[in-house]
Amino acid sequence: MARAAGAPEGHRFEGIAHPEKPLDADSRWETFPYWILILAGIVGYLGYLALFNEAYEIAWERISEGIWMTIRITLWAFAISLSLGVVLGLGRIAEADHTASAPVRLAATLGRNLSRTYIEFVRGVPILPLIFFLALVIIPDVTDWLGVSRQTVDEFWRGVIALSIIYGAYIAEVIRGGVQGIPKGQMEAGRSVGLSRLQTMRSVILPQAMRSIIPPLGNDFIAILKDSSLLSVLAVADVTRLARQYSSGSFKFRESYVVLVFIYVTLVLFLSFLLTKLEERMTRDRKGER
Amino acid sequence: MIRVRGLEKSFGDVHAVRGVDLDVAAGEVVVIVGPSGCGKSTILRCLNGLERATRGTVEIDGVDLSDRTTDIDSVRAETGMVFQQFNLFPHLTVEGNITLALRKVLGKDKAEAALIARQQLEKVGIPEKVDAYPRQLSGGQQQRVAIARSLAMNPKVMLFDEPTSALDPEMIKEVLDVMLALAEQGMTMVVVTHEMGFARAAADRLIFVDHGRIVEQGDPTEVFENPTEERTRAFFDQIL
Ligand SMILES: Nc1ncnc2c1ncn2[C@@H]1O[C@H](COP(=O)(O)OP(=O)(O)OP(=O)(O)O)[C@@H](O)[C@H]1O
Ligand SMILES: [Mg+2]
Repeated sequence: MARAAGAPEGHRFEGIAHPEKPLDADSRWETFPYWILILAGIVGYLGYLALFNEAYEIAWERISEGIWMTIRITLWAFAISLSLGVVLGLGRIAEADHTASAPVRLAATLGRNLSRTYIEFVRGVPILPLIFFLALVIIPDVTDWLGVSRQTVDEFWRGVIALSIIYGAYIAEVIRGGVQGIPKGQMEAGRSVGLSRLQTMRSVILPQAMRSIIPPLGNDFIAILKDSSLLSVLAVADVTRLARQYSSGSFKFRESYVVLVFIYVTLVLFLSFLLTKLEERMTRDRKGER
Repeated sequence: MIRVRGLEKSFGDVHAVRGVDLDVAAGEVVVIVGPSGCGKSTILRCLNGLERATRGTVEIDGVDLSDRTTDIDSVRAETGMVFQQFNLFPHLTVEGNITLALRKVLGKDKAEAALIARQQLEKVGIPEKVDAYPRQLSGGQQQRVAIARSLAMNPKVMLFDEPTSALDPEMIKEVLDVMLALAEQGMTMVVVTHEMGFARAAADRLIFVDHGRIVEQGDPTEVFENPTEERTRAFFDQIL
């Protein structure tokens, strides 16, 4: 599976032994997924501290207020970067038919080159500096240029837009990889029965590409959740920012960061669990295919 | 029906087709043979615009493919193409494979498209496979579905690019039988194949291509038994 280079790896439940696989009794103790037990132990202990230990009570109250903010950032940024990624990913491999009119050929050439520029630029800069650059330089410039007040786009949206612009580039590569993984004969067969390039893309190529797109897309979803913490450098009151605020005011570093790590690890593990289920269902539903 | 003049096609330095003139009358069945890499597929792909001619013209039923005002999609809808690798849509059932273009290109409604799909499957002899997915079918059955998919569009011309080369020997006949029946019904066909039995039984004309040029053509039995060119003779000696 082509992974967008430079994108942080999502956290996935991989390598769970399939219970239906017959194992001979001797090796069963070797293949048992102990890591799940150990992980559950660690997360359980963190959870016990954060939720049931009195010393952690205030830290939990303050910081957990930001959970909804973290989730909102993640959902918005994922939705926007997915839309952007589809446009950029398909734009990057846009091709005009050899029979197409001049404007269409021009549009395809432009689309290919502009998408490529965007993707290469964004992937060429680490995420944190790029968030600063986008949220504190580019977005204010754009609002100035549009002649509206800088406060039209508040800190929340600056952060979300910056994160979306960045992940749009990573997701574009996922989409492109999925589409290019479909054999050339599929496009040719679609064209041969009279479908246009776009019709073939929509009805033949994309449905098949979905299978290879969804797993890395899930990884990016989780990566966005984790990287939403970077927006704490802006004045966005997500869990990370609240933890930093509370800890620097109270000097309760241990309490603050135990709570913070517990929140992230729970959210991420829960999400990866859902995604693994989703993938399992997709493979089950599509038994008829190759 | 088909009129090709001075067709040339280059891929960078590779001069795949070097000046081909070809006329195929309505109802005629033409078989093209030639050594690997001689340009057979490229000629065929130029006939439905999958490749663009570098030089020369291709006309299908009076419509010039190189003319920019030509709606290439509608030409392709009328020009069926069957591939060596079948190229069925794996995410769709047999019916879905056949009805997709009927609905999207010809605008037929669901019921009508399904009816046409059943009729075409009847024709290729596997009506019971209508709800199967391609991977559940044998190679021969897949190729027959691919033929049905093309026929459903009611094409004026059918192009076949080595339709039996990817098949196990025991499945070749079932596909050739479908093609023979099609030829008898008067379909205009251009077939790239090395099945000489089919050429003798169905073809009105056999064309031998080498190095991107037509070397020799004529009545299949005639060309096969008494080739006038040394290259043609050498080729037939080799494939027997
Ligand atoms: N898309 C392409 N890009 C570059 N070269 C190509 C392309 N398609 C075909 N060629 C070259 O053009 C020549 C003719 O190829 P073509 O596929 O038409 O031959 P063929 O007669 O069909 O051969 P075969 O019997 O192996 O199918 C070959 O040298 C091939 O390598
Ligand atoms: Mg070929």
